[in-house]
This record gives sequence, structure tokens and C-alpha cells, in this order.
Amino acid sequence: MAFTRRRFIKASGAGLGASALGFPAIVRAQSDAIRVGLMTVKTGPLASGGLDMERALIMYLRERNNMLAGRKVSLSVADTAGVPAQARTKLQELVEKDRIQVLIGPLDAASALASDDYIRAQQLPTISVAAAEDMTQRKPNPWFVRPTSTSSQAAQPLADYCYTNLKYRRMATLADDIAYGHEMAAGFQRVFEDAGGKIVQKMFPPLTVPDYGTYLAQLKTNIDGLFLGSAGSNGFRYLRQFNEYGLRGKVNVVGGMTALDEAVLRNMGDEALGIITTCWYSAELDNALNRKFAAAFRAEAKYDPGFYAAATYTDAAVLEAALNGVKGRIEDKPAFIKALRGVKVDTVRGPVRFDQYGNVVGNVYIRKVERKEGRLVNSVIFTYPNVSQFWRYKPEEFLKNPVYSRDWPPAKNLES
Amino acid sequence: MQFWVIQTLNSLALGGLLFLLSAGFSLIFGLMRIANLTHGALFMLGAYIGVSILKVVPNLWLAALLGGLAVAAFGAVIERLLLRKLGSNVLGQVLVTLGIAFIIADACLVIWGGDPIPLPTPQALQRPLTLAGFTFPSYRLVVVVIAIVTAIGLYLLMERTRIGAMIRAGVDDMDMARAVGIPVSRLFTTVFCLGAALAGAGGIIGGPMLSAYPGLDADMLPLALIIVMLGGVGSLVGAFVGSFIIGFIYTFGVALLPDLAYVILFLPMILVLAFRPRGLFGKFAA
Repeated sequence: MAFTRRRFIKASGAGLGASALGFPAIVRAQSDAIRVGLMTVKTGPLASGGLDMERALIMYLRERNNMLAGRKVSLSVADTAGVPAQARTKLQELVEKDRIQVLIGPLDAASALASDDYIRAQQLPTISVAAAEDMTQRKPNPWFVRPTSTSSQAAQPLADYCYTNLKYRRMATLADDIAYGHEMAAGFQRVFEDAGGKIVQKMFPPLTVPDYGTYLAQLKTNIDGLFLGSAGSNGFRYLRQFNEYGLRGKVNVVGGMTALDEAVLRNMGDEALGIITTCWYSAELDNALNRKFAAAFRAEAKYDPGFYAAATYTDAAVLEAALNGVKGRIEDKPAFIKALRGVKVDTVRGPVRFDQYGNVVGNVYIRKVERKEGRLVNSVIFTYPNVSQFWRYKPEEFLKNPVYSRDWPPAKNLES
Repeated sequence: MQFWVIQTLNSLALGGLLFLLSAGFSLIFGLMRIANLTHGALFMLGAYIGVSILKVVPNLWLAALLGGLAVAAFGAVIERLLLRKLGSNVLGQVLVTLGIAFIIADACLVIWGGDPIPLPTPQALQRPLTLAGFTFPSYRLVVVVIAIVTAIGLYLLMERTRIGAMIRAGVDDMDMARAVGIPVSRLFTTVFCLGAALAGAGGIIGGPMLSAYPGLDADMLPLALIIVMLGGVGSLVGAFVGSFIIGFIYTFGVALLPDLAYVILFLPMILVLAFRPRGLFGKFAA
């Protein structure tokens, strides 16, 4: 069943009718639906992940007959197209027209940053997917929680894995030239170099680079491994060209949390086999919740759930847990946000709880691409339990440093 | 040494691909005096149609041919039903092409989904070529050859055939061409179809390098614009030279000064427009 705007209007129309008939306000509040907003991306280059977000959220609600904590839920979905300015307008529409009480999303960091001040001004509880580090670090938003991860939260354990388990000592990084790529590569570099390794080459191709040929020709081949921190379709394109240049077998590749997402993997071939990536989720995760979710999602969508589907499904589980904590009384905002930030719940990604900045402390999985039942999957080969956004650093010290960027931490071991 | 050789080959391969993209753009711009902003979208549409054709006919070259024809037919519809109606309203025509570009982009998203779809490299060309110690993807070398063959073919078409002469006449002086009885209106359709076909086939031939993905249109359109501004509107030689210049500038710019990749890309266009507004080989200012 799809939640269309028309359905929503009908439902809220009924609510208005009830109020006109003069029910006491408190009864009305209890019988009204909980109004949830989803900010996602349904058009443009990010749409594939955005549509998965919507699908997963609707699945979650349908599995519960559209009831959370004993109250009906009405969902309004807004499409930001991945454009920050549009995100801001759509959010305003969700708040002022659809009168949402809690927001899930947005998908991308730029839209989250563009909505930040409005979320604060409206005191709108927000359960997000976007990874921008400082939203839960140096500029924490009290209304914002993130059950997924910061940009570098999964990259930092991977750096440790590369040094400790794979015994890599010399590595290169290549990441998209956007804040997400910078933060991921920087987190990887810091942990890898603090362990004793050396990052000898850093590359940041533009997000929309049409061709990776130039970057491939420069890639040093006397390294132990390359960290690939790309988003969307870029990891997939990079690896294809990587093979065409005959680099497969010469250079090992490890990837960040969006480099070989399930969404990308389903269009890849043997070139992906054996590549190790890191993420807070894998469709292959063997817990009861995920076995059920992954099977149901696969039955409906005909492909495995990836980052965005799992993210939204997890967000919904966090929302339900918080609502249960306040017995469905989302109108009591201070109690609700307190419950939200205090949530401890088992989800498809494993146990989720939040640190004092509103960011998740949760498992990070090291995964390896394998072929299973004819399709490529991210098999979990190692688990880092309860990873914080600050990795093993002390939060106070971590926060004294500048936010991860292209140039911080400085790369001291680059070779030209 | 390795670096310079590989990057030179990279530049040539990128230049070849860019020529397939920009040749049609330049022809349409030159004759009809409109910047056809659907061009990037047609390139992407070709790539996606190629994806579908390859599911039935597993031959990239045949797919490029069929896909080119399909996109040409689509181009004919755009030209006949929309651009034609706007007559001499050039600004209106440009806006319409921009609108169609958005429609194509979203239609592709609906039909083929948002995930990147690779076009398989032909089996025989999947292995990299190793020569004198240098390893290079063989498919890219073939793309250069295709670009050169296409360039020669187009050159002969323009210089040695009746229709080519008519197109050249139209580019040089539209009113005079009309006055001497050249069916300019039919010529518009022909050139628009030819340009669309080149874009569509280019999308499929570029597919194994770039894949088909949402946003491919927006990635390619600015490159086509730069090349045509640089080379000169309506000039095939200009498009050819411009493509390889941009191929080299882009490749070496990114390799040597990665932080300034886009500055380096657009700087030559700004300089050319400032000092030689008609471009290197153009007949008139764009």
C-alpha cells in the first residue's frame, strides 16, 4: 500500500473534522496519526538509493499495519532531488503543510547541512542517514540523531584491519572530491598512520569525473593496497577501468562503506570478487531481524538491500523504540527527544545506541565480495563491535582537532 | 616515461570519445544556430538503449549502429514536432532542448533505474594490450581508431557529397542557401538526425568506458560545449582538433594539477572566447 498525498489529506481531513466536532484536545492528540516525514531523493543521480529508502520505510510500517506504539502512522514523502536548496524548501513544506512530528532523512550530507538551522529552529526530531561528521561532532544538533554512521566511522576500523590483519604498511587513498570523500579518506589515513602505516599517495577525483584513466595511470603499483572511498556509481566505474588497465592482481583494493554497496554489486561481475570493504551493514548479516528483512526486501525488490534500504529500516526501528519509550506520546517533545537519544534497540544492523552527541555506537563489519547462489554478496568476515565515531580516540581530544578534510590530518608520507 | 606514454594514450582515447560526442553537436550548432542542450541527454539515451539492445544482440558494434538509428529517429521527432514549431525563436528552441534533456533524464531513470549499468567490453578487447613494456586497455585504442574513421567519414560527407555541400552552404549563409533553392528545412531535419545518431552511437561506444548512469548527460554536455566553443561552431575540423586538445588538457591537467582540474578545463575556453570569439576554426561567433 502506498502512502500518497491524497491519502494523507484524507486522513488529516478526518482529523480536522474530529476537532471541529469538539473532542477534547487530549483525546484528539491520542487518536490522531503520528505524522512522519521522509526526506529522500527520487529523481537525479542519487535516486537509486533514495527510492530504496522509501521502499524500506514503507515495508517497515506495513509489517506493523502502519501502527507504531499503538498509534496509526501517516507518512509524507518529499523528494529533495539531492539539491540542498530544494531540500530546505521541501522540509519547510513537510513541517508547515503536512505538520510532521518527526523527520527521517535526508539522504545526503549537503541536504542535511542545508536543513540544519531549520531543524533547530523548529525543534524537529530528526533521524538521519546523512554522514556529515560535524553534525554530531563539533556542531551537534540537539534534535538530530544518526543511527547509521559518520563518514569515517566505518573507514577507521578498516584502516586498523588493513594494518593489523592484512599487514599492509604502504597504502594509497582515492576518494570523491566532496566532504564525504575527504572525511572518509582522512579518517582512514589517521588510523592507518597512527598504527604505523604510511599513506604514500592521495587522490581526489571530481565527483563527476567521466573517466578514471588519468588517475589509474598515476596509481603507484609499489603499494600494499588502495583504499577506495567512493560513493554512488563511482566505485563501480573505477574498478571496471582498474581491470582494463591490467591493475587487477597488481594492486589490492579495499573499499569504504559505499564503494561496493549491494546496489552497485548487482551490476558487477567477477572483477569485484575478493574485494574487502567496510560498512555498518551487509545484506548477509546473520541476525534474526536481518534474515527476515533481507529476504522480504529481496522478494519485493528482486535485489539485496544495501546501505540506504538498511539505513532507513534501522531509522524506523529507532523511531519505534523511542515511541515505545514515551508510549506513543510524540507530542511531549522533550520526553520524546530524550527517549530518542536514549534508545537502545536491536536492529537489522545489530544493536544501536547513541553517544552524547547523538551519533550511533554500533558494529562495523569487514566484508568480502563472494559469489553465492549466483549473485555477488558482501560476506561478513570480521566484526568490530560497538564502534564509536571517535574510533578509539578520546572524544574530547578528537574534537579538539579540526574536522577531517582534504588536508587534515596532514599527509607526511606522500611520495611524488 | 611510463607516465607520459600512458597519459598521452589516455588523452587520445578521451579525445576520440569526445569527438564522437561533439561532432554532432557542432554540426547542429553550426547549421541551426542553436545550442542543442539535449545532446548530453541523447548521448546518455544512446548508452541506455545500448544496454537494452545488448541484452538481445550481444554485439557492441551492431548495438551502436541500431542505437544510433533509434536515437536519430527520436531526434527527428524532436526536430519535426517541437523545434520546427518555434521557427526563428532561437532562445525558445534552446529552452525547449533543455526541457527535453530533463525529460529524457527522468525517463531513463524510470525505465532503467538509478543504478549504473555497465556495457560489456567486447570479449576480444577485454585484455589490456602490452607493448614495449606499456600496458594499456585495448578497447581505448579502438575508440581512437573509431573516432578517426568517423572523422574521415564525416569529412568526406561534408566535402565530397551534394548533401555536404548543401550543409556547408547553410552554415556559411543561410539566406543565400535558401535563395538558391537548397531545401534548408529538410536539411535541418537531416543534420539534427545525424547529430543525434552520432551522440547515440557515441554513448554506446563510450559505454564500456563510462557505463550508463543517471547524470551521464550532465557530465558530457559541458564538455561538448567547451569543445565546440574552442574549435569553432559548425566546423568539423574544429570539433576534431578541439576534442583532442580538451582530451590532452583534461588528462594532463588532472594528472599534474589535480586541484585545478576544472579551472584548467574551462580556462582555454575563456581565453579563446576572449581573444578569438569564433573559436579556432569557426566561421562566426557563437
